[in-house]
Amino acid sequence: MNWQELAAKLFPEGHQIQESAHFLSGTAKVGSLEIAIVGTSHHTPIGVEIALAQAKAVLEVVRKFPGRPIFILVDTEGQRLRHRDELLGINRYMAHLAKCIEFARQKNHFILALVYDQALSGGFITSGLMADACFAMPNSAIRVMGLPAMARITKVTEERLTALAQDNPVFAPGPKNYLKMGGLLGIWENDLPRALLDALKNKSSQDGRAALGAQRGGRTRAQKVIEAVIGASK
Amino acid sequence: MKSYLEATARQRISSLLENFKEYLKPSEEWISPHLGQLDAAVSFDDGVVIGEGKLNGSRIFAAAQEGGFMGGAVGEVHGAKIVGLLKRALIDKPDAILLLVESGGVRLHEANAGLIAVSELMRALLEVRAVGIPVIVLNGGSNGCFGGMGIVACCANRVIMSEEARLGMSGPEVIETANGVEEFDSRDRALVWRTTGGKHRYLLGDCQFLVDDKIESFRVAAIQAIADFKTQDVALTMESLEAEQKMLSDRLSKFGKIPEPFDIWRSLGVQEPEKIALLDAQEFMTMIQMQVGAIGATP
Repeated sequence: MNWQELAAKLFPEGHQIQESAHFLSGTAKVGSLEIAIVGTSHHTPIGVEIALAQAKAVLEVVRKFPGRPIFILVDTEGQRLRHRDELLGINRYMAHLAKCIEFARQKNHFILALVYDQALSGGFITSGLMADACFAMPNSAIRVMGLPAMARITKVTEERLTALAQDNPVFAPGPKNYLKMGGLLGIWENDLPRALLDALKNKSSQDGRAALGAQRGGRTRAQKVIEAVIGASK
Repeated sequence: MKSYLEATARQRISSLLENFKEYLKPSEEWISPHLGQLDAAVSFDDGVVIGEGKLNGSRIFAAAQEGGFMGGAVGEVHGAKIVGLLKRALIDKPDAILLLVESGGVRLHEANAGLIAVSELMRALLEVRAVGIPVIVLNGGSNGCFGGMGIVACCANRVIMSEEARLGMSGPEVIETANGVEEFDSRDRALVWRTTGGKHRYLLGDCQFLVDDKIESFRVAAIQAIADFKTQDVALTMESLEAEQKMLSDRLSKFGKIPEPFDIWRSLGVQEPEKIALLDAQEFMTMIQMQVGAIGATP
């Protein structure tokens, strides 16, 4: 889905979103609220420039509009795989973006995210996965790596991986698997403006994803481990 | 045991800290529930050692990733152990956290769990900083620190590296596979080192302290970092993030069109970049101080 189509459905009361080199920024009206929009489009790879542009936009919201919710629209094929980005320290640029989002949270900005097309590995960690509440469209693609590439690396046949993926959401792509593991709060099916309003009402800034993954049965061990570490005797 | 690089995670953590007490010991068998179905070997600590100890009188929580097990990759249990340690720190309030990183990033066998775990780790780390506990990263293992862990490292208050260590996002092999050998020749070890190695990271400011490959050198640098953060901001602030925004933006406009690391070093003021590889950490730091001046901002 392209972002214009999405924005038209999501924001019937109007929006002012600008696109520049696959970087999205602007505002939208949701009921009586004005929310800030930051994001990417056209499955763009996250390179140093676009990481920096997003970070700048987040900092600007915190500076100028205290408490305004920030809505991250995610569509990326992951971090840019170029020598130049590595040389410049792309991991520092991406960490900077993540820190700016976390800082906004600490300053009481509610952080919402929607994977509307693609979310891959590094591009997802510093966007949707930094949100308080991350959602996805049903037809979106979320993954670290496709099964053919994974088969080559793990030396397990693709047929076997496909079969295993039926009952275990831990490695196979797709929003349903991320939902089961607690990585997504929900999948937005029909009434998008309604879903957005509901999401804005149920604000929580606590990271409850491990508990959610256990509750939904997709990630049964993480929460137990966290609790065991907290309770371990010296 | 002298060399940090050659030591195991357990050796590193127990030589750095006095009275180290491990949480979730291997005998408790907290193993990955996912590796078995893919016929991959498991480890009783899932490739990371966590616990607490003392360093020069300070109470320290520490995690050490074991590069010998799946390259230190982050799976569900591995990630949750570190997240748990950071959550516990919010309650117990140790003086500092040491992360002895060595990781290729997310463990592909349990990729979705690993990816979510890395983001949980980032959030927990920054929460710990928000309550005033400094997080110090030690990076000196042979597998380097890549993928999600490369991002995690840059969320810490300070990164201490040896020159043998590497720090980045995508490994050279991944880039070569995606965009060809002309883009990044992963067998050109010198180029790999100039691009991701400790000295380059120090020169750009992504590593704030370079040490030689000795556990004792890492220990001294960690003690120094803990002392420094007694009088410096530990939490994120608008000022520090604006300074970082400017630093990264300046870096991009100064070096964004320079493909060769030597030329970046030269434009920073290094007179003979080709000779940098020959200097030990101390000689290097002294030379940089004379030729380049102060480098980098605290992340």
